[in-house]
Amino acid sequence: MKKPLWKRIYTWVDERVTLEDLVTFLGKKYVPLHRHSIWYYFGGVSLFLFIIQVVTGILLLLYYKGGEELAFESVQFLMAKVHFGWLIRSIHSWAANLFILAGMIHMFSVYFGKAYRKPREMTWLTGMLMFFLAMGFGFSGYLLPWNELAFFATKVGTDIAGVVPFFGKSIMEFLRGGEDVTGATLSRFFGFHVAVFPGIFTLLLGIHLILVQRQGMSEPIEDGVNDAHTRKTMPFFPNFLLRDLLLWLIVLNLIAILAVFFPWELGKKADLFASAPAGIKPEWYFLFMFQTLKYLPAQLWIIDGEIFGIMVFGVAGLLWMLVPFWDRKSSKGERSRRINYLGVIAVMYIIILTILGWTS
Amino acid sequence: MNESMTAQTQEGKRGFLKFVLSGSLLALAGSIFYPIFAYLKPPKSGEVEVSSVKAGKVNEIEKDSGKIVKFGTKPVILLRTAGDELRAFSATCTHLDCTVQYKKEMGLIWCACHNGKYDMNGRNVSGPPPRPLDEYRVVVQGDEIIISKKA
Repeated sequence: MKKPLWKRIYTWVDERVTLEDLVTFLGKKYVPLHRHSIWYYFGGVSLFLFIIQVVTGILLLLYYKGGEELAFESVQFLMAKVHFGWLIRSIHSWAANLFILAGMIHMFSVYFGKAYRKPREMTWLTGMLMFFLAMGFGFSGYLLPWNELAFFATKVGTDIAGVVPFFGKSIMEFLRGGEDVTGATLSRFFGFHVAVFPGIFTLLLGIHLILVQRQGMSEPIEDGVNDAHTRKTMPFFPNFLLRDLLLWLIVLNLIAILAVFFPWELGKKADLFASAPAGIKPEWYFLFMFQTLKYLPAQLWIIDGEIFGIMVFGVAGLLWMLVPFWDRKSSKGERSRRINYLGVIAVMYIIILTILGWTS
Repeated sequence: MNESMTAQTQEGKRGFLKFVLSGSLLALAGSIFYPIFAYLKPPKSGEVEVSSVKAGKVNEIEKDSGKIVKFGTKPVILLRTAGDELRAFSATCTHLDCTVQYKKEMGLIWCACHNGKYDMNGRNVSGPPPRPLDEYRVVVQGDEIIISKKA
């Protein structure tokens, strides 16, 4: 009897590159089971949302036109005339927001589980860089429809970059493609959004995933002391993978519901010579920083309140990213309460300031 | 020639080669990165700097109102006060670059982005703006309003 087609293809490839190792590896891969196992799913969810962004992003590219005179009109055309254009754009916007949210949950769960500790410092670093890139994706993509809100958000955001000491003005001009936010900014942001960021992101993602495969899942410090006999695990293939896929399906449904019942609006076309509209706000994930800047006085001691705020956020972000290198206790397998308190303070601060920003 | 002499010349030759090689690598890097960095910096636009603009007729702007006027590439806010005076200021908020508007109810110039407020003389009176708005000169010729930069 002839072998089925997929088997013949498998044999054909196997004869050339030996798939045996890979199959044994997958068969031996186990996911630890404990009361915090649920958090393992959020990395996968983030990955799924990224894939959705790539697919819908490519679809949007088929109709999007860059430029001050074309961008808004092309998105309008996409939403009004193209079959399911509204749906694709709505999914792209919703998935972008959920992507940041899932990334945040993933990041905080890794932080509180101290999964960044030796030997997983590089996994944490690549993850943090991807998170910052995700915010860059959000910020640059927000401008592309060239509407009023995006125009002012970009003005404010790039102006903030301008207050960085010494290089600020150069950074701002580099981002804007000139002194002001114009069509030149749109061209640059488009380039960042569809070429520069995806390229870097894919590279980081590759490293991140290879590291996760090589090192396996991290376990919380308190549970890690269990000896090998009492330790419970689940095979990655197919048990964990199927659960992963089920959750992806749920997320896909959630996006579909959000995109259909709460479609993303386009708003008014940007006018370079109009006043900023009332109630202008950045995307929710920038809101806590935006709100902080609102509370800072114009002058703080000898420096501008703005500069002070931005420097504090910059330093805090850097320290956060470098946590595996200064949290010595976790690396030695000891519990470190200070890290937990710091994390709780950070989460509380972000939540409270976001709510204040949302309601003000 | 004894052995230490040979070692010395060898050392000298190696140092020379190191110098030449690293020097040329540096020159190579420079000749690659200088054009790239220069390319990233946008050129100054060739637009002529504007020193004055016509902002329409006096009867086109109501008492106790304001409007945004194009001043070259920058927005300027033209105000006609309740006391029937014409004033003009830069409309770019000194805080973070948003465009301000006249708020009738408050009798103030207001920025929607971060709730910055300026009085009718362009002075920053509340909120985060660090500096007052630059004032422009307003002249009425016939019934035409002309806004120009202050010297």
